[in-house]
Amino acid sequence: MDWLTTVDHKKIGILYLISGGFFFLVGGLEAIMIRIQLWQPENHFVSADTYNELLTMHGTTMIFLAAMPMIFALMNAIVPLQIGARDVAFPFVNAIGFWTFFAGGVLLNVSWFTGGAPDAGWTSYVPLATDAFNGGNVHGVDYYVVGLQIAGIGTLVGGINFLATIINMRAPGMSFMRLPLFTWTAFITSALILFAFPALTVGLVALMFDRLFHANFFEVSNGGNAVLWEHIFWIFGHPEVYILILPAFGVISEVVSTFSRKRLFGYSSMVFATVLIGFLAFMVWAHHMFTTGLGPVANSLFSIATMLIAVPTGIKIFNWLFTLWGGSIRFTTANLFAVGFIPTFVMGGVTGVMLASAPADYQYHDTYFVVAHFHYVIVGGLILGLFSGLHYWWPKMFGRMLNETLGKLTFWFFFLGFHLTFFVQHFLGLMGMPRRVWTYLDGLGFDDLNMISTVGAFLMGLGTIFFLINIVTSAAKPRDAADDPWEDGRTLEWTIPSPAPEYNFAQTPLVRGYDAYWKEKMEGKNAMTPAEPLGPIHMPSPSILPLILSIGLFIGGLGFMYHHTIVGIIGLLITFGCLFTRSLIDDHGFHIEPDELHDKGVKA
Amino acid sequence: MMNRWRVLKRLLPLLAGMVLLLSACGRADLSVLRPQGPVAEEQFKLMKLAIIIMVIVVVVVFAIAFYVIVRFRRRPGDKTIPKQVEGNHKLEIMWTVIPIILLIILGVPTIQSVFGLAKDYSKDPNAIQVKVTGHQYWWQFDYTKLGIHTAQELVIPNDAVISVETETADVLHSFWIPSLAGKTDANPGGSVNRMYFKAPNTGVYLGKCAELCGPSHALMDFKVKVVDRASFDRWVAAMKTPTPMPSDPAVADVLTQQCLTCHAIDGTQGGAFPNLAGIGGKQAVAGILLNTDSPKYQNEGTVEDNLKRWIRDPQAVKPGAKMPKVDLTEQQIDGLAKYLASLKLNY
Repeated sequence: MDWLTTVDHKKIGILYLISGGFFFLVGGLEAIMIRIQLWQPENHFVSADTYNELLTMHGTTMIFLAAMPMIFALMNAIVPLQIGARDVAFPFVNAIGFWTFFAGGVLLNVSWFTGGAPDAGWTSYVPLATDAFNGGNVHGVDYYVVGLQIAGIGTLVGGINFLATIINMRAPGMSFMRLPLFTWTAFITSALILFAFPALTVGLVALMFDRLFHANFFEVSNGGNAVLWEHIFWIFGHPEVYILILPAFGVISEVVSTFSRKRLFGYSSMVFATVLIGFLAFMVWAHHMFTTGLGPVANSLFSIATMLIAVPTGIKIFNWLFTLWGGSIRFTTANLFAVGFIPTFVMGGVTGVMLASAPADYQYHDTYFVVAHFHYVIVGGLILGLFSGLHYWWPKMFGRMLNETLGKLTFWFFFLGFHLTFFVQHFLGLMGMPRRVWTYLDGLGFDDLNMISTVGAFLMGLGTIFFLINIVTSAAKPRDAADDPWEDGRTLEWTIPSPAPEYNFAQTPLVRGYDAYWKEKMEGKNAMTPAEPLGPIHMPSPSILPLILSIGLFIGGLGFMYHHTIVGIIGLLITFGCLFTRSLIDDHGFHIEPDELHDKGVKA
Repeated sequence: MMNRWRVLKRLLPLLAGMVLLLSACGRADLSVLRPQGPVAEEQFKLMKLAIIIMVIVVVVVFAIAFYVIVRFRRRPGDKTIPKQVEGNHKLEIMWTVIPIILLIILGVPTIQSVFGLAKDYSKDPNAIQVKVTGHQYWWQFDYTKLGIHTAQELVIPNDAVISVETETADVLHSFWIPSLAGKTDANPGGSVNRMYFKAPNTGVYLGKCAELCGPSHALMDFKVKVVDRASFDRWVAAMKTPTPMPSDPAVADVLTQQCLTCHAIDGTQGGAFPNLAGIGGKQAVAGILLNTDSPKYQNEGTVEDNLKRWIRDPQAVKPGAKMPKVDLTEQQIDGLAKYLASLKLNY
């Protein structure tokens, strides 16, 4: 019950982690099934229809229901601690963010049991995604448009919440140029969410109107435009890539710096590069559309703009390498993932520059070369980053250390499996294998490499299983992690107990420089100087409303999808009822008095 | 400085080796890495340039990473605190400027090529004008100036520019001939996309649909058959000759009533369904059932067998295909397959 009503950012972070992790396993299972289907030519493990559902759901699930929530998990768990805040700016909204994401995610996956999941690809290109091309799967894409709209609310309010938190709730002395890099990336990511997600929502609403009410946004015969969807989708979709990868950059910056006992090399250029990447992210969407026929002028402009992203990214790569340079590097699991991340991400980055060259993209586009590229970026970048961050902050989130041996097994199986799976796919693409193919003919020369790729996917699966075992076995152990378990912690989250107490900081710390905790340590102190006297701490009250509100949206979505307008309206009434109730109830929260301040972390 | 050049000199043969290795990858009639025409060659040249630049970048990063990992690992019991370096402006400027230079090296030929490949041959009287229409899940080729229509096999001469206009009859498709020309999307309505290519070497090249277009997207293959000019002219003439009806009246009856309601068998007739003129002489039935008796591949058979397999149950070959399962007796299927297999054009 506690977990259903919580508004504590650390618990919401854990909720995000559990549900994001669950969807990661679902998406992973879908990936394994895809790879089983493709392990030999003309295989019949799944039917063509099922295959298209699998590939659509794999992409959608991994991006929206696994990667983003796990990013939100880390951001929720860590950002307020890193800036010396007691919670996020709007704890109640934060809970709404989680529950709407969860409702949307569950709704999307319900489609498996009601006659077919969405099958038009995660990009859901029209006209294939319009109701004229449903085949036997009438409601598949409805789940996509409604589920993602509901989940999108969660992401958007979450992003706004982090912007407000980072702008307003930094501890005294924590200027922007003293923000830890993970917080910086969380900040830029949130800004990207703020600008990119409304575009997706607009597209989804338009597509929903086309599908449910026979509007004509994308129906060419009635004056609509099919390419319009591509523009709307990628104006969201390209920044989305950076929404995903920037927090991973942040994690790597923290981990590499901690485990080499050195401050981050070129901090200000890192910040500058992050902001620049965020800006350029919005300028390059049409590089997904070089073959759409936008003409040579558009293609050259978007080619060059895309190539430019390599510059700030390169700055980051070399800054990380020079953070390690001259350091005293300790190879914990977290750092293994971070050090593995750097060359892997470079490989994803250089193929990105190759793809940016439009005439060459007439060949790469929609082939396995692209599949290899974005998996290098998203799995080799984001997922390695997330694994690194999870191993790094696990003691702070749960009060327990993860087992290092199991952690190293996780790393090696996942890392080697990953390269085995995706490296060969570059060649498959260049040899003529298009992406999103349910099967391929015998004798085209694709057989061996596909087999290798499937073996690699199984190794990645094994790596993930080791991680799960690690979680389960560590959960049985006592919560005895030290405040600063890696001993070289540099930022504020390591100054408080593991796991963090409900109120985070008994007294808000005074920040006197970059890497605030490290600075104090170097001056021989073992704690931060408080910026305020010990006093009662104001806390927000828990509330069940966010959960009910999202259930309302869930019911409403289902109702409209199946044209039971009454059900739809009831669902929306529940949602608006919750909002109305919330604005009527005068809730001042409660206080934790100074004499209660000496125990317990968050009960995880 | 000397040292650096020596390293580079040692790297160059390695890079050259890699390029050679790449160019041996895949089938010559399918692989992007073994271009068979000027357009694909130009694209491959850009790729090679990009790959060389990128391999250099990757090697440099890997070398630094490897050195750092080995050289600076913490020894057990080491409590020393390394110097806290804030940054280094010279270094940071260096790794900002070098990528920019590399990007210029890649960017200039990219732009030249973008405009070069956008050249419009649709008004060129010497070019072969082909309108390509993507359907779920087959390709229609209309030779607009020659007045002939065919499906699944694009026959072209080896001495002319082929000017292609892509359209779609339903959802998005993407027209892709890897070893000749790259790809262009077929957008519904309004926007018409154009591309051109040349194919100097005679032979058959494999083409594919590259945009997810439904369950049988994976099976939407076609062939490009490049022949010399004389042979092409003969083909055009043969396509314009009316196709004879089956001699067996029973088969003729079935053909007229069941097949010709949708399909045409004369090369001069267009239509919304595949034109059957010369179908017995094509490389494959339905684009994927190979007409060969070599048992090397899983999807092989004689033309007649393949036609039977297709007519009996099109959905089993291409799930979601528009062709219905027609109610025919085995005898009727045999008769039709035999007749269709005999439709070969002499060219």
